[in-house]
Amino acid sequence: MTSNFSLEGKVAFITGSTRGMGWATARTLTRFGATVILNGINSQDLLEQRKEELKKEFNVECDGFLFDVGDMDAAQNCYNQIFKKHKKLDILVNNAGTLDDNLVGMIRKEDIRHTFSTNVNGVIYNLQFAARLMSRNKSGSIINISSLVGRVGNEGQVVYGGSKAAVIGITLSAARELASKNIRVNAIAPGFINTDFVKPLPPAIFQQRLNSVKMGRIGEPEEVANAVLFLASDLSSYITGQVLGVDGGMIM
Amino acid sequence: MGNLEKLKKAFSESLEIEPETITDELSYSSGNWDSIAHLALIASIETEFDIMLASDDVIDMSSFQKAKEILGKYDIKF
Repeated sequence: MTSNFSLEGKVAFITGSTRGMGWATARTLTRFGATVILNGINSQDLLEQRKEELKKEFNVECDGFLFDVGDMDAAQNCYNQIFKKHKKLDILVNNAGTLDDNLVGMIRKEDIRHTFSTNVNGVIYNLQFAARLMSRNKSGSIINISSLVGRVGNEGQVVYGGSKAAVIGITLSAARELASKNIRVNAIAPGFINTDFVKPLPPAIFQQRLNSVKMGRIGEPEEVANAVLFLASDLSSYITGQVLGVDGGMIM
Repeated sequence: MGNLEKLKKAFSESLEIEPETITDELSYSSGNWDSIAHLALIASIETEFDIMLASDDVIDMSSFQKAKEILGKYDIKF
């Protein structure tokens, strides 16, 4: 067992890694030596830009795949490519997520379908393909990004909260099932983090959320990335089936 | 080692059975071939032939004969 955070020689796939917490995670894991594979959904240009940024900052070449994580066939194709090139996968970060806030009574069928397709189906698809690659080496770490909302709920987030609670259920069951293959599965439950999700919040709501954070400040994506690094590294080699809050002591 | 021997080796090691006992009729739910062993078998086949099977093929691989048919789709001939 190594005694540091080194990810040298490890291959990591991070979904939703062109922005926010996913991008911060990509930079952090690369900084600690991992070969990172990026994923985005909307913009090939942004994906290429991120690859260039990693190359410039860390002098590494990385791959990127543009696909919707809720599309199982597209995910299969991505893992086929990963297998062909790297022959293995050591770390999966299921980060891609979407948010459709609506009050009870105003929730549309499409909101549910879209949110669960990305936040739940996407997690299961990727976890399944990743576990198959990891099981060949009897080693791996899967980190699912849930949310504080999935643990304690929030007004207007019945759909999002449901999907993020599902991520915790998926994590706990997968951890039990995959432990014998030495594949660890953990979740992170971020609180109020400075990403695109908080930008549309009205100032009053922003302040209300901020007031609920005991540490008195919004969290930065890099602080979530640091928690991912810990769970991805061998420092957490005996930790599985856990949900790690990264929320500055937030109470909703 | 020929493809048939490779496939028998994968079955033999993952299901913990003797190669000479493997026939086309060997099927899921018989002997040691349960759901846990199935995933070990898939990993073993994928490693042996250096491929990654589609999810539907993983689920459909219900006998030794079926395994040969499915691997045919990956240009592995028997």
